[in-house]
Amino acid sequence: MSATSTSTAVPPVAPVASRAGTQIRLSDVVKDYGLAVPAVDGVSLTIEPGEFMTLLGPSGSGKTTTLNLIAGFETLTSGRISLDGDDVSTLPPHKRDLGMLFQNYALFPHMTVAQNVAYPLRERKVPKAEIRRRVAEVLELVQLPGRDDDVPSQLSGGQQQRVALARAIVFGPKALLLDEPLGALDRNLRGALQAEIQRIHREVGSTFVFVTHDQEEAMSLSDRIALFNNGRIEQVGTPETLYKAPETLFTAGFLGDSTVFELAQAPGSEITWGDRRWAVAPHTVSERARAAEATALVVRPEDVHIAQRDDAVPPGVNVVPATVTDVHYLGSYRSVALALGTGDGAVLGQARLDAAETQLAVGQSVQAWWRVERQRVVSR
Amino acid sequence: MTDLARSGPARTDPGGAASGRTGAAGRRPPRPHWLLLLPALALIGVVLLLPLAQSFLRSVGAPDLTDEHYRSLFTDGVTMRVLLRTAKTALLVTVIAFALGYPYAYVMTRVGPRMRAVLLVIVLVPFWTSVMARNFAWILILQRGGPVDQFFGLFGLDVVLYGTVTGVAIAMSQVLLPFMVLPLFSALSGIDRRLLLAARGLGSSPVVAFWKIYWPLSRAGVTAGLILVFTLSLGFYVTPALLGTPQESLIAQLLAQRTTQLLDFQGAGALGVLVLAVTLALVVWANRIGGTVSAIGVVATTGTKEQR
Amino acid sequence: MTTTTRAAELDRLDPEARPAAPRRRRRDRGVDAVPWWLRLVVAVVALYFVLPTLFVIPMSFSSSTTFSFPPEGFSLDLYRNFFTDPVWLTSLRNSVFVAAVAATLATVVGTAAAVGLHHLTGRLAGLARTVLMISLVTPGIVVAVVVYISFLKWHLVGSFAGYVLAHAALGTPFVLVSVTSALSGFDPKLLRASASLGASPLRTFARVTMPLISRGIVTGAVFAFVTSFDEVVIALFLRSPTFQTLPVQMFNSVTFEVDPTIAATSSLVVTVVTVVCLLPLLLGSRGKKRQEP
Repeated sequence: MSATSTSTAVPPVAPVASRAGTQIRLSDVVKDYGLAVPAVDGVSLTIEPGEFMTLLGPSGSGKTTTLNLIAGFETLTSGRISLDGDDVSTLPPHKRDLGMLFQNYALFPHMTVAQNVAYPLRERKVPKAEIRRRVAEVLELVQLPGRDDDVPSQLSGGQQQRVALARAIVFGPKALLLDEPLGALDRNLRGALQAEIQRIHREVGSTFVFVTHDQEEAMSLSDRIALFNNGRIEQVGTPETLYKAPETLFTAGFLGDSTVFELAQAPGSEITWGDRRWAVAPHTVSERARAAEATALVVRPEDVHIAQRDDAVPPGVNVVPATVTDVHYLGSYRSVALALGTGDGAVLGQARLDAAETQLAVGQSVQAWWRVERQRVVSR
Repeated sequence: MTDLARSGPARTDPGGAASGRTGAAGRRPPRPHWLLLLPALALIGVVLLLPLAQSFLRSVGAPDLTDEHYRSLFTDGVTMRVLLRTAKTALLVTVIAFALGYPYAYVMTRVGPRMRAVLLVIVLVPFWTSVMARNFAWILILQRGGPVDQFFGLFGLDVVLYGTVTGVAIAMSQVLLPFMVLPLFSALSGIDRRLLLAARGLGSSPVVAFWKIYWPLSRAGVTAGLILVFTLSLGFYVTPALLGTPQESLIAQLLAQRTTQLLDFQGAGALGVLVLAVTLALVVWANRIGGTVSAIGVVATTGTKEQR
Repeated sequence: MTTTTRAAELDRLDPEARPAAPRRRRRDRGVDAVPWWLRLVVAVVALYFVLPTLFVIPMSFSSSTTFSFPPEGFSLDLYRNFFTDPVWLTSLRNSVFVAAVAATLATVVGTAAAVGLHHLTGRLAGLARTVLMISLVTPGIVVAVVVYISFLKWHLVGSFAGYVLAHAALGTPFVLVSVTSALSGFDPKLLRASASLGASPLRTFARVTMPLISRGIVTGAVFAFVTSFDEVVIALFLRSPTFQTLPVQMFNSVTFEVDPTIAATSSLVVTVVTVVCLLPLLLGSRGKKRQEP
């Protein structure tokens, strides 16, 4: 299953990649089932041609519903969806020409692998010889050649998902929609298939819309991530932007760990947290935090340093006294749980120390510090 | 309840007994558990198996073997005609039950749990409304001057279904519908609806998606239901006796007539063995194809346990 | 993902979760909805299931002496007739006695057999189970004919014992099925637990197994009772001028006598049987509630 080594051997498949990529545009999309809160509540998003866009979010955040709206499996309550500028809002799913990969594979159990893959081509009245050629080609692409006559139940989960992938791209869809396609697989297979999906995205070059609740998967695969929360998009950006420059506390909390200091007042040239006064670099204050009333300061664990003596704190950094509550040795690093601040106002946080650094004792009082430009002020 | 509910739980999986075996029971050599079976085996043996065996032996003329009673079934000119008519009626009943049962079972898989429970109770209504009450009701409905006749009278038509094969088929279909709906429901609820969505995403219209994906996947249940209803309608006695006419009697009436009026026990035994053989063969076939037939008895006896 | 249906169910189940008014802009049916014509078909089929039997109820209040429908006038004559005519009353009494004794017999032997089979494996046990279930797949008319011929020799035709034996044999498979399904949901570890706590096998059966499968036994018993009470075909063959059951009398009233009393009888039987059949359901749900702390 070494996807990377074989990828060079497989030439790009022209018919499969017949469309370089389609732009998908959602404008003020609303899906309301009549429950207390709409499932999708005014989502606007432009997915560029050839882009790998991930819709990320906790369950119930509206990401899957949004994908189903794009696919046409759900009807819009209001708003507009267009593909390359053509309004498809009311088009039934079979006329949208989009490939879809389901979490449970959705392979037709009464058809062989080849019949499954040929299905969309038959529906499009492609000539028989052409079907045979394309099926062989795409099975090659997903590294399942010669399994044509197997029935889906004879295949492993990973193989089934490859067949489903082949079926979803064989007809050169305008875009590929992936609904948590790796959710049912175990960890090792997930990794292999992630690489596979990435390779196929590169080779096919079409637009991919990927739904997941797994932030690591989203970070490693995507060109951009749209983070969903309560039926709205919280933030759109590259994985790096979302991690390093979150706009909101939700974004900061959903992608990676951080230590959170809730702030009482809007940040000026300086931040006060309890009796602490900290410096602020203007570019570390998020757009939304500037307008927001409630804000928070967040620091990633890898940016938090620990000084065992007061005089070990370098000048010009933000400092807070802290107590070590727990230390875990994790091989390459040591994870330190801290209570930052004093008394009732203390917050729990994390630091990541080089494993070689001096031992810390649980209960020890230390100084926690971080560089001003590594902190981030977000709305909450 | 007789004619029909009888065929309910066909045989449940014999291997099912294995699941509950306890380790302790395996060790003792003479199993006391066999003793628990004796009363039931004795009852069934004496009341059902022994009479069946006796009739069979009589039909082959034991102790001197002969096949004349069987041969005359094919040559007497009556039996085969009645058998053909019975098969035709059974076919009509099966078609009606399928046409009504498939959509019903399909919708049962598509509604919420509460509505599904209601639909299930409705399916089971013919199970527990008395056979005689139900047949009497059909007499009222189909008789001359009854509601059906009056309805068609509005269009200037005179439709009296009482005393016709069609009337018999309509009444029998009502009773046999549960045997179509229940295996179908069990088969249809096993189909993943996302396959239909997948098909539509791959370019199929709803009708094509149904035809190419849903229908093939439901076929095992359909076959089981068809065979089951057909088989059960072969053995119907009361409905054709009350709603049909002696001129157009079905095989069950012929069997009764040979027994009680002609006292031709050998001939009746031969005919009974023939009917039983055909029935058992069909049931075994249905069981092999559908594998869902045994579910009926369970659903029927557990009444309206909510299905999720 | 069938989010449509799931949400629709939620919607149905929890009306309070719905906001007061404004949100809903148009009726949302989704792409995968059940079309209206299919709902119509289902409604018609449901009526076909239920409606015909209901015709007997207005008929039972008729004052006419024929079967003509719609019924003429309104009277309780038919009910009065049923409860005063000795032929109807005797038939009813016979049916109740036969059904009660047959159901008891079927329940005892069926439960014993189910418990026995639960502990047995192998081809022989499978064969035994098949033999016990054979009456479920044998056409009623065939059973009736062979039983009649043999019972004639054994002088059981027209006798209480004959009816009871035949009906008990018919009821046994129902008990077997429902007790077996109750046992299959039964954790054998409980038996070991009980033994490890010092209970003898018999005590374990009485204190652990019985309470857990009692619902299956009751269901089976009810089915056996109803099966016997409603049985016509065998009953028609076993009848004699001195002994017949209610369904046989109903059959006579349609075929030979044209006696509309059957309308009242049918209404009573349908009502009573419906109540009896729904009883285990109600008992079951109450039992479930009781178990909840």
